[in-house]
Amino acid sequence: MGVITGLFSWLNAQLLKMTWLSELIRLLVEKGFGLSIQTRLGGSIHFFIYDVIKIFILLSVLIFVISYIQSYFPPERTKKLLGGVKGIKGNILGALLGTITPFCSCSSIPLFIGFTSAGLPLGVTFSFLISSPLVDLASMLILTSFFGIKIAIAYVVVGLILAVTGGTIIDKLGLEKYVEGYVREAENIDLEPIELSRRERVEYARDQVKDIIKKVWLYVLIGVGIGAAIHNWIPQSIVENVIGQNNPFAVILATAVGIPMYADIFGTIPIAEALFAKGVGVGTVLSFMMAVTALSLPSMIMLSKVVKPKLLGVFIAIVAIGILIIGYLFNAIPFILI
Amino acid sequence: MEIKILGSGCMNCKKLYANAEAAVGELGVSAQITKVEDFKEITKYGVMRTPAIVINEKVKAFGKISTVEEIKKFIQE
Repeated sequence: MGVITGLFSWLNAQLLKMTWLSELIRLLVEKGFGLSIQTRLGGSIHFFIYDVIKIFILLSVLIFVISYIQSYFPPERTKKLLGGVKGIKGNILGALLGTITPFCSCSSIPLFIGFTSAGLPLGVTFSFLISSPLVDLASMLILTSFFGIKIAIAYVVVGLILAVTGGTIIDKLGLEKYVEGYVREAENIDLEPIELSRRERVEYARDQVKDIIKKVWLYVLIGVGIGAAIHNWIPQSIVENVIGQNNPFAVILATAVGIPMYADIFGTIPIAEALFAKGVGVGTVLSFMMAVTALSLPSMIMLSKVVKPKLLGVFIAIVAIGILIIGYLFNAIPFILI
Repeated sequence: MEIKILGSGCMNCKKLYANAEAAVGELGVSAQITKVEDFKEITKYGVMRTPAIVINEKVKAFGKISTVEEIKKFIQE
């Protein structure tokens, strides 16, 4: 048993945390720039280079592997799998499929219309829509890399609970009439599924890596820049008073700041990492990450084209309240995680 | 021949449109290429992932940017 856990933590340290890379960059900063990483400038440079390289390596490898797996679960198939599953089972399945179905906010409208026209309950579609950007294999592995396996699992579990609960509430409220008319009237069409060869799956995965890097590289650099600033330049006391244990409204603040932000987990994680290192509560950090990934201005604008303001408002309110509850809960019981 | 490119006008749709133009040009066939950006129209084809390419009202590919070579094959089918 000891050997296995030892091996696991070694693999985690080397492959996911990349301690070897941290050492390498430390040597570079100390020998190359002649700066100790204990100094502010040296520490910032180390944080920046190390995080940027680490995130891009993780991003490329993870997106490749995950896209390959996702190529087996196109939304057309998800739509069929979800058809006929009733009640909370449908919400659970919707939330789970949301984690493995490839999703891009630019496709969220045709996907929403496709699901609705296939007769899926509104709540099931929303369970899918909440979990899809929030929880996936990539976020689970990247969280393991930065925060350890316990926080990663906690994030995934509460993310799924949020998706299932949110969808169920929307279902119970009977908000179908707040879906735009043309969406409800759309005819259901099942396309012939396109069978992919292994080569095509590899090509698909490679294209995904390229697309996603093109889309997020700037957010990653900005995120790591902010992270480095928090890490080395902003005094501990300010962080603690504004967003740390000293401020009872820290979770609300983190959620409110995170909601309009548009970034995925790769851009968010360096900020979260730096906040966490400064002693910000784990719940506050989780709330921030969830608010950034689950709700963003572009996705709300997209959704507003298929649902009326009332339903959009209910959706935002449910997700935001869920995130707040998660934040306060995890701040109150951090000892389970650390 | 009628070729339709379905998509909300994002980068990928523009690339697919350009590829379709190139394929038509290389084959020297006469074809009318139109962009379909209205979601009501897009969903009529059952497409849930854009961009998609439709030739003579048949969905040939979706959720990816088909290459010039692939589009040439679709046209010749």
